[in-house]
Amino acid sequence: MKAVARPRNSPQSETLLLAKQDFQAFLDQLWQGGYRVVGPTIAQQAIVYDEIRRVEDLPRGWTDEQSGGQYRLTRRDDEAWFGFVVGPHSPKRYFFPPQVAVTQADRTSNGWQFSEVPDQEPPYALLGVRACELAAIAVQDRTFINEQYVDPIYRRRRERALIVAVNCTQAASTCFCTSMNTGPRCTQGFDLALTELPDSFTVEVGSERGADVLSSLPVTRAAPGSLLAAEAARQQAVDQITKGLDTKDIRDLLLSNLEHPRWDEVATRCLSCTNCTMVCPTCFCSSVKEVSDLTGDHVQREREWDTCFNWDFSYMNGGIVRNQIRSRYRQWLTHKLASWIDQFGVSGCVGCGRCITWCPVAIDLTEEVAAIRENPA
Amino acid sequence: MSVQASSAMVDNPWLAQSVEVATVTPELPGVATYHLRFRDAGLNERYRFRPGQFNMLYLPGVGEIAISLSAANEMSGTWDHTIRVAGNVTRTLAGLGVGGELALRGPYGTSWPLDECTGADVILVAGGIGLAPLRPAIHACFTQRKRFGRTTLLYGARSPDMLLYRRDYDVWADRGLNVSATVDRFQPGWSGDVGVVPLLVDRLRPLTPANSVMFLCGPEVMMRYTVRSALERGLRRDQIWVSLERNMQCAVGLCGHCQLGPAFVCKDGPVFRYDKIERYLNVEGL
Repeated sequence: MKAVARPRNSPQSETLLLAKQDFQAFLDQLWQGGYRVVGPTIAQQAIVYDEIRRVEDLPRGWTDEQSGGQYRLTRRDDEAWFGFVVGPHSPKRYFFPPQVAVTQADRTSNGWQFSEVPDQEPPYALLGVRACELAAIAVQDRTFINEQYVDPIYRRRRERALIVAVNCTQAASTCFCTSMNTGPRCTQGFDLALTELPDSFTVEVGSERGADVLSSLPVTRAAPGSLLAAEAARQQAVDQITKGLDTKDIRDLLLSNLEHPRWDEVATRCLSCTNCTMVCPTCFCSSVKEVSDLTGDHVQREREWDTCFNWDFSYMNGGIVRNQIRSRYRQWLTHKLASWIDQFGVSGCVGCGRCITWCPVAIDLTEEVAAIRENPA
Repeated sequence: MSVQASSAMVDNPWLAQSVEVATVTPELPGVATYHLRFRDAGLNERYRFRPGQFNMLYLPGVGEIAISLSAANEMSGTWDHTIRVAGNVTRTLAGLGVGGELALRGPYGTSWPLDECTGADVILVAGGIGLAPLRPAIHACFTQRKRFGRTTLLYGARSPDMLLYRRDYDVWADRGLNVSATVDRFQPGWSGDVGVVPLLVDRLRPLTPANSVMFLCGPEVMMRYTVRSALERGLRRDQIWVSLERNMQCAVGLCGHCQLGPAFVCKDGPVFRYDKIERYLNVEGL
């Protein structure tokens, strides 16, 4: 029989039980505590992150079927609340928003005044965060907080957020978190981590902040039967993972194959549509544009997600550096899996499989790496 | 308050500080040196940079560009940037005139490794406007003259009328810099060399390769061939530094645009020791 692993950063070793009938009280508690609760909900035939006020907002009884280039919602034969894997959104959009003003300039009688744009967002409670997404947050922390320069918007939102993770109890054909050592079990980086059972959730407490949220709720100590059921549910996800990525020496493999013929081959399939980078929970590229009011006296600098697949991303005075799709796909893949390690000490890939699911022509990065590994230069 | 302004530059990397155009020195057709001064006098006093670093210059409503510092001008108390009109921001900047207002954040990036080159013969090699980021290194050679051995500038431009800072060459020569210039195209009145910059490296005499360092800035193709000549003359790859250009938008390693292999050119560069960037620099379209 498997032992129940404890989260490494848990200040409270005891696993608790929260009945589903008390979950609305849990949501209410979060909202009353000043959090803006964001979690999975259904919009445009996909499970995306948005505000969750009522348990009815959750995708109860739905699941997602995913494969290369395919994403479909289907009814489950039960009423599970978190019975799906991951959708096109990730928590990235809340800490590193798709569009946000970074600075502003106002013309005054004393000339231009330059200032920060106050970030008005209330603290987020992110509900339903998966293990791969916890890993992605840790990856982005390295980019936006842990380096020489800190992004103030990311840091403020990140530090104030409450993270309520929910363990996966199933996997998609696109999942390969086990190869990246990022899941499917949530082991760190959460305030609370839930595992869904038919009538309740087991709750692991990862921080004081998480414990505080529970303090006024009718949680009980989880009985051994519940712990075993939760472990069995989590094990289902492990057992369902079929995809793998061999990460052995992957940095050197890719960086010593920058002229591999596979880049030409994948370029005949890749549309450079940017989908993979838009759904990736770790991609951090952005551009800043000037947004002026009609008078021209008030100007905001707005940062937007950008991507190395955009043709003019590498524009400079002398021309476009990555003028070919071959160059752009190579940049994305070698950055994600190789040079990211040089830059931040970790892989940029957490094995969530989104880039495979949302690629319109079903390019699978694990297959691209395997092709290069099979026949290296 | 000035203390606040100074710390803001550290805390929020996006926030720029107000500067004004103190004077403008026309250099070449479409090229001028803008002498910028912080409106906050305390900040202007405290600002420091190292030769080879760059600033982000911002015009509200127009955009922001990365420009190398070309001098710390002690006479006028300004921070100088030599800029060629190339796009919206540079064109608008050119139209601002004296007293014009813009914003600056910086300095950013790595610098020419002057501190590591004590006792060495310093060979500066530039092509076109690539002389601008080397000019603070030239000035450092003068102010720290005893620190270095022989100092040489090898410079190439398209034609004699495109030689940047030409008025300064005699002054530089008087202060001990060996200046050689070459042009791609002859024009009447030119009595110097005609040919590409690597030829100046091929012909450089005297040269003690083991005791030399080379700082290189210009178009990538020019730098590639110059490095080849330098290696043929006996310099090692770790004695050569290059200043690279990429699309730098945030300048602080957050926006991703300037990547070259594992390097963020904005913060790991723009100045790289050649042996550390060579394998990526020579991959087309990387």
